[in-house]
Amino acid sequence: MSFKGSTRQDAKRLTLLLLFAPFTLWILLLVVLPHIGMVVLSLREKVAPRIYEFGFGNYIDFIQEPIYWNTLLRTGGMSLLVTVLALLIGFPVAYYIAKLAGNRSKGALFILCLIPLWVSDLIRAFGWILLLRESGIVSTTLQKVGLADGPVELLYNDATVIVGLVYTVILFMIVPLVSTLDGMDNEMIEAGYNLGGNSFTVMRRIVIPYAMPGIVAGCIVVFMLTAGSYLTPILLGGKNSSWFTEQIYDQFIRRYNWESGAAFGFLLLAFTSLVIWIGLKLSGQTLSSTVAKS
Amino acid sequence: MLIKTGSGHSSPFLYKLFVLAFFIFLAAPLVAAGVFAFNDSLFPVLPWQGFTLDWFFNDTEPKLGMFHDRRLLSGLKYSFIIASMVAGLSVLVGTCNAFLFVRCDFPAKNFFYIVMVLPLVIPGVIMGISILVLASNIANGVESGTGLELEFLRPGLTLVVLGQFSFITTITSLVITARLKKFDISLEEAALNLGASRWRVLRTVTLPYLRPAMIAAAIVAFLVSFENFNTTLFLVGSESPLTITMYDRISKAGSTPVLNAVSVFLMAGSALLALVSLLVQRDDRS
Amino acid sequence: MSGKQPFDVDLECLDLSKHFGDVRAVDSVSLSIPQGSFFSILGPSGCGKTTLMRMIAGFEDPTSGDIQIKGRSVLGTPPNKRNVKMVFQHLALFPMMNVYDNIAYGLRCAGFSNREIGAKVADVLERVALPDVAKRDVHQLSGGQKQRIAIARCMVLDPDVLLLDEPLGALDLKLREAMKIELKLLQSQFNTTFVYITHDQSEALVMSDQIAVMNQGRFEQIGSPQHLYQQPATAFVAGFVGDANRWEATVTNCEESQLGTMTGAGHSITGHTQNPSVAGVGDKVSIYVRPEFIRVNRSGESTGSSTADTAEFHNELAGQVDSVLFNGANSRLLIRTDEHQALIEADANLTGGLDDFKEGENVTLSWSSLQTRCFPVPAS
Repeated sequence: MSFKGSTRQDAKRLTLLLLFAPFTLWILLLVVLPHIGMVVLSLREKVAPRIYEFGFGNYIDFIQEPIYWNTLLRTGGMSLLVTVLALLIGFPVAYYIAKLAGNRSKGALFILCLIPLWVSDLIRAFGWILLLRESGIVSTTLQKVGLADGPVELLYNDATVIVGLVYTVILFMIVPLVSTLDGMDNEMIEAGYNLGGNSFTVMRRIVIPYAMPGIVAGCIVVFMLTAGSYLTPILLGGKNSSWFTEQIYDQFIRRYNWESGAAFGFLLLAFTSLVIWIGLKLSGQTLSSTVAKS
Repeated sequence: MLIKTGSGHSSPFLYKLFVLAFFIFLAAPLVAAGVFAFNDSLFPVLPWQGFTLDWFFNDTEPKLGMFHDRRLLSGLKYSFIIASMVAGLSVLVGTCNAFLFVRCDFPAKNFFYIVMVLPLVIPGVIMGISILVLASNIANGVESGTGLELEFLRPGLTLVVLGQFSFITTITSLVITARLKKFDISLEEAALNLGASRWRVLRTVTLPYLRPAMIAAAIVAFLVSFENFNTTLFLVGSESPLTITMYDRISKAGSTPVLNAVSVFLMAGSALLALVSLLVQRDDRS
Repeated sequence: MSGKQPFDVDLECLDLSKHFGDVRAVDSVSLSIPQGSFFSILGPSGCGKTTLMRMIAGFEDPTSGDIQIKGRSVLGTPPNKRNVKMVFQHLALFPMMNVYDNIAYGLRCAGFSNREIGAKVADVLERVALPDVAKRDVHQLSGGQKQRIAIARCMVLDPDVLLLDEPLGALDLKLREAMKIELKLLQSQFNTTFVYITHDQSEALVMSDQIAVMNQGRFEQIGSPQHLYQQPATAFVAGFVGDANRWEATVTNCEESQLGTMTGAGHSITGHTQNPSVAGVGDKVSIYVRPEFIRVNRSGESTGSSTADTAEFHNELAGQVDSVLFNGANSRLLIRTDEHQALIEADANLTGGLDDFKEGENVTLSWSSLQTRCFPVPAS
């Protein structure tokens, strides 16, 4: 019997190893090592053509050049704004889908929300360009109706970039919110009213605290996606979008300065992680209670 | 009252209007991108010049349709190859991960679970450059050490597949894990009890149960790969997938409605795949 | 019943134990089940009955002891090689297969030809009286049909022992009552040994030839349903099988098996113990009396007028009807004897006539000392 018990134990251990192998290969080779490599590369300083030394030169360059860190701060600030807007617009929609829509329209509305997910960033941005550019649909319509005298250029300003970004990421806010709110028992809300609460207090004291993990999960994903987005700011913001990912691309592809590009990449990662860490501390949530909810 | 209580009680008019406006906002750019594919004009602008399918099927310049545009077609081909490989690989590894996290117990499981989710929140641009850096370092190291040129570690199809695989696997893992968690372990015990071997139980009971989730995960992986731009941008070699080809044209002024035709084609393809994944999941719910 | 000898044993557990860390889920359990009988293991949830069953099926390895099927130890046999089949709590019918494929699953594993499988499946469906459902999907079946298919799926493999893990738990009350009878009929029809696990004493009492009452990993008593009900061996069995009123009391005198006791509220009750040696004067005992043995009379009415032998009723208590619980033939009275004491339950025959007891009436309770079971309270 002890022999049999040990063979069963061995089989279990073998299964664990076999299942751990692909996981480890994936995480180690494609996530951990590349990031370590990036950090190492970012610590190489060019002292002469083709001669490199260990040092913080790339980071010092970043600090000494206001355009760089201004771009990073601007990217962070606008990403926060997009996150807040996505939450403000997304929450009522998610609440409508989860709690107010009838059973049949609920599924349909939820799928409608997912449609942008099925269509690439590129086509979405392309659509916005066709709508908003000087010769675009909105401009033409405004002229026809008589609200504008000449062509109106709606592209290449911050407001458009923000609208485009909110559009791109809002479903990542709505989906976790709908699933959290869907799991909330209607009786809890009814009990809130029954015990004398009005719509505001029920929302504030019952619904929002309950939905907090979903809210935080949505905010984290939306913030990361926005800060890391490339297409939308470039296509809708044009030359003066000043998005940080553009700087990274610039260093890597146009200037072929990988060391500095790697430093920028690491800075973006560190900066966004810091923002999320602060957000988690402020909301009293943890990564495992929100994004990695099992 | 802000919940649906049976029938008769309806939400405020303004609230409904807001939700409606939101969905119009969602649809607007897609409609704009789609509708010009059928406009008989050289540029995707108003006014409407009449209906045409030239942007799909015409074979002569200046109205070269997408099915005759060699660069777009080759982009489509590469996108398809990349997406198929990424979908296959990521479903395979995602299934292993699902079994790892649902069925096995090991130290620091929670930590590893978070590690598994991380690639989803790391910006795609950074995924791209970090893999590019590592692959190039290895290739350079090998080349200077042995003189061997490892072509697959240079920007190209392999790197694009690996780069996309690195974060799409998180998506497939999450989808398949969710399904496996709902699996009633007594089904496996019942099969074992009826005399089936471990392998047979996996083949006849567990995997068929997971199949809808695996198909859905494969579809999502395929689409996300097809659409991916940020990570691909840094890893792409001479074989440009469709998004890169399209981006080059969009960012240049004076694009023709052939891009709208491609958009319609991609939207139709996505809708078809979405429908398949819905049907697969409905089928298993009954 | 069967052509075999009555002592032909299908399943035997010898001093079987299973420990999870410090917890003794199953603690030196021995049992021996004769061929063709319906054996129930009855106990509250968490008593170890499911662990015991999973050891028999091979899903858990025992810490010590032996399991023998048809006289051969199966400890080294993996679960898929044991000829012990199991009906799971939620049946575990395969949702991705139809009824035919569910039943054929085990036969295919055993390597039967398609022709043989077809014949066997048709035959077993006939025997569970569902000949026409082979092509149906599992979710198209009713609760009772699923139950029968789950049994058919096992029986088609001709097992030595069929284990059933509370399969009626998920059914609604009406269907559960019907299935109790049906299970018993199926068992005698197949003439296979059934081991049935339940926490529902009425299921166990109705269906079983033998019942083992299990508590905290141990068997408290094994016996026929009548035996357990009428002669419970321990306080746990007396309290768990059937309803009972319970008092704590101190022994005031012992005469062989007859004990005189005094309850905390100061009533004297005479009772019997099965094991006279364990209780002496001054010891604490628990007293159990079943509601159906308590006779209720209006105060002032002579108890003797309605019964032939008044001497049989050694115990008498005065009280007041607190509530009347009408439940058809199972109606009860709740009677208050003292402030701060638990209410006493007694069976009542409520016909709707003028004779029925009303709340607030003063009554006298009387019952025989022979129906009063005393068990020593452990000294702890």
